[in-house]
Amino acid sequence: MRITVTVNGQPHTREVEPRLLLVHFLRDELSLTGTHWGCDTSNCGVCTVQLDGVPVKSCTVLAVMADGHEVTTVEGLERDGELDAVQKGFVECHGLQCGFCTPGMLLTARALLDRVPDPDEGQIREAISGQLCRCTGYENIVRSIRWAAEASQKVAESEARQ
Amino acid sequence: MSYGPMHRKEDARFIRGRGNYTDDVRLPGMLYGAVLRSPHAHARVVSIDTSAAEALPKVKAVITGQTLAGLGLAWMPTLSQDTQAVLATDKVRFQGQEVAFVVAEDAYSARDALELIDVEYEPLDAVIDARKALDENAPVIRDDLEGRANNHIFDWDAGDRARTDALFEQADVTVAQDMLYPRVHPAPLETCGAVADFDKVTGKLTIWCPTQAPHAHRTLYAMVAGLPEHKIRVISPDIGGGFGGKVGIYPGYVCAIVGSIVTGRPVKWMEDRSENLMSTAFARDYHMHGEIAATRDGKIQAIRVKVLADHGAFNGTAQPTKFPAGFFHVFSGSYDIEAAHCEVTGVYTNKAPGGVAYACSFRVTEAVYLVERMVDVLAAELNMDPADLRMRNLLKPEQFPYHSPTGWEYDSGDYPRALRLAMDMIGYDKLRAEQADKRARGELMGIGVSFFTEAVGAGPRKHMDILGLGMADGAELRVHPTGKAVLRVSCQSQGQGHETTFAQIVGQELGIPADDVEVVHGDTDQTPFGLGTYGSRSTPVSGAATAIVARKVRDRAKIVAAAMLEAAPDDLEWADGKWSVVGDPATGKSMAEIALAAHSNLELPEGVEGHLDAVTVYNPPNLTYPFGAYICVVDLDPGTGQVKVRRFVAVDDCGVRINPMIVEGQIHGGLADGVGMALMQVMAFDEDGNHLGASFMDYLLPTSMECPSWELGETVTPSPTHPIGAKGVGESATVGSPAAVVNAVIDALGPYGVRHADMPLTPANVWRVINGDPFRTDLAIP
Repeated sequence: MRITVTVNGQPHTREVEPRLLLVHFLRDELSLTGTHWGCDTSNCGVCTVQLDGVPVKSCTVLAVMADGHEVTTVEGLERDGELDAVQKGFVECHGLQCGFCTPGMLLTARALLDRVPDPDEGQIREAISGQLCRCTGYENIVRSIRWAAEASQKVAESEARQ
Repeated sequence: MSYGPMHRKEDARFIRGRGNYTDDVRLPGMLYGAVLRSPHAHARVVSIDTSAAEALPKVKAVITGQTLAGLGLAWMPTLSQDTQAVLATDKVRFQGQEVAFVVAEDAYSARDALELIDVEYEPLDAVIDARKALDENAPVIRDDLEGRANNHIFDWDAGDRARTDALFEQADVTVAQDMLYPRVHPAPLETCGAVADFDKVTGKLTIWCPTQAPHAHRTLYAMVAGLPEHKIRVISPDIGGGFGGKVGIYPGYVCAIVGSIVTGRPVKWMEDRSENLMSTAFARDYHMHGEIAATRDGKIQAIRVKVLADHGAFNGTAQPTKFPAGFFHVFSGSYDIEAAHCEVTGVYTNKAPGGVAYACSFRVTEAVYLVERMVDVLAAELNMDPADLRMRNLLKPEQFPYHSPTGWEYDSGDYPRALRLAMDMIGYDKLRAEQADKRARGELMGIGVSFFTEAVGAGPRKHMDILGLGMADGAELRVHPTGKAVLRVSCQSQGQGHETTFAQIVGQELGIPADDVEVVHGDTDQTPFGLGTYGSRSTPVSGAATAIVARKVRDRAKIVAAAMLEAAPDDLEWADGKWSVVGDPATGKSMAEIALAAHSNLELPEGVEGHLDAVTVYNPPNLTYPFGAYICVVDLDPGTGQVKVRRFVAVDDCGVRINPMIVEGQIHGGLADGVGMALMQVMAFDEDGNHLGASFMDYLLPTSMECPSWELGETVTPSPTHPIGAKGVGESATVGSPAAVVNAVIDALGPYGVRHADMPLTPANVWRVINGDPFRTDLAIP
């Protein structure tokens, strides 16, 4: 099947098998290996990307289902050489160790902050509860997302003052 | 000073999705492999018909046990001097065992081909319950081993049996408890896999694979396949979590290599999650019977343990050769005990091989769980507070170095201080008062204490080896003319942040910024030999090697600085990261200045070669012994059996902390493991050997919702044997935390008179315990 998927703002047209998973389309067809594969059953969330701004597990989305839609992967978070606040937060607060769950966590965090700019700990924990991390015990992921929320607010406040 | 919190160097690539994991490796002309696995736990392989699979246009090769037998590769040695089938020839011995390997042009086609392989099996009775493995009529699993007429692997014991038994005979009080540390799996989010590339022209084999021990893999490949070792290069790129599950060599790796040799093209094989959970190294599976002898007023005198160890179908545990039960004999724990004895019997069952994986420090996890549960059982018997009972029996600071009754020499510690700190942090007395109030109202809350002593950083090489390879590790340090340095080490990070902490060690020793130090690891062509990262040995062994090689460089720099200053080396001192004339800091020469001079035409004393590079091999004189005190608070709903971890205080003493931010991150992760093992995780089987935890829908791991916000405290007791006083921390929390959670749950169940229940304490299990009907958590619910 011929599909066109807009990934990180760039349209890509490919001939694909109907059974091809979105995660493999991104990794194998587009060489965007920041999106990982981990479980096949939608439990671990290392394959999380945004589909039209909503976090989805790309191991349970067929590539053909993304035809005509917009996908954001971890590679699309950095804009004009500027890291997203959630990327900075994960560095600041040691929100990652092996890095395998990180891309998915970052995209979920970004989607949360787009919806809830000032989430409390409970909201953050709930937002990432469909994704596993085996290294951090989640503590520093929660802190990282809080850091990003606060940093974004500071930026917004200083922009408002100007 | 370079020690202290520092952002990780490795983060820059990971937050951008620029990590390079094995599955990200893509080579020109690469083919894809897939493994056909056994649906049976125990069956004779009657025939394998691969013709339909081979007829698929995209299939390039189908490899079976017969193919491998022709190459002498159907069996491979395990890390415990047993053998393991690479692809089954005679029988399959666990569900998920490797039977055939397909190589195809893409991964989906390889999977398609698996469906077309026709294997005829003759099912046999399976041994699933380890306690029946030695029954007279039990089916013999390893009939491939000559003369093997039963499922017995080994008997092993440690400590002084006679003295221990004598103390038990005279004791005021004895308690006994059976407990199971069930089979669990480390389940790193990146599964195992490999990319093998054999170059027929040069004869060079390159393997990308997420291995925690790249050098050991290279040597084993050389031994197994008969390939010359200098023609093998193992590259362990970024690893998506290891936790011990990525130490050994799996059949899929060998198949990928054979696939590349057969097809002349690179072959990638990545297992899926079910394959990972069903076939790669499990952990624990210890059936333990513990006993404690004590005085009426709570002085513990002796402890003894009998263990039945389920090792699965092939004895594939990764541990020092001398110790078939790993370091389990550290089970006398943190207490001043007169005598101790353990005996361990290992048996084969029709389950996956492995046994030492999952951040257990070679079975210190099982040992700590045993003793910490037993102390609580004793506290219940004596009607004493479990924290008071521990305080009464903890080793005193003046007893170190302490010779334990089972032969260990604990290096240093102040145990009572750590326990007091944990009790203060959590407000222990107040919690007990709250618990009493709640009990009066019929509400259940529990407070669980555990104290652990870890034994990590193996060697010494004299006592510790794996397949004859001594546990000592090399380090190589080059300082370039401009003072920037490259450190090469044998250990391999799976997320521990070695690129940062090891740079900090070099920075600290040489007086240069950690950012000026590049750490190279995970490539056998680029790093010195060593046994790798597991058993929390990176900082204790490779970290020590790093400090020592940096000091060698510093000593060489001193001679160069002396020539620069036209002074005698003995007249120089190392101060503020520079070599200067004693008492005259203005003369100080920085490492960058010295490095440039060392590479220049500066005249050096007779016999001094110039440059500053150095190499070393570190053979640890002793293990290091991190320790800690953990307290967990849970609330329990008696109506549903649901346990909620409300608080968790962890006081860890891992000696000197190089990067406290990273240390705390390591502890957080281990604490989550403890919650997972105590409340959720188990690999159970039905009576036919069907795996009941073969996906993340069935094998439950803790999420952000089960984990509380961790509260950490620290004490610092430097290791006297480690060059910078560090002890290692990677596995401490995984070792110490399960007992704290379980003790809290059992404490909450106090009103029901419950003294013990086995992990995982799922709602169903807790509910059954409350109703007096606990079940075996490792077998299908009857």
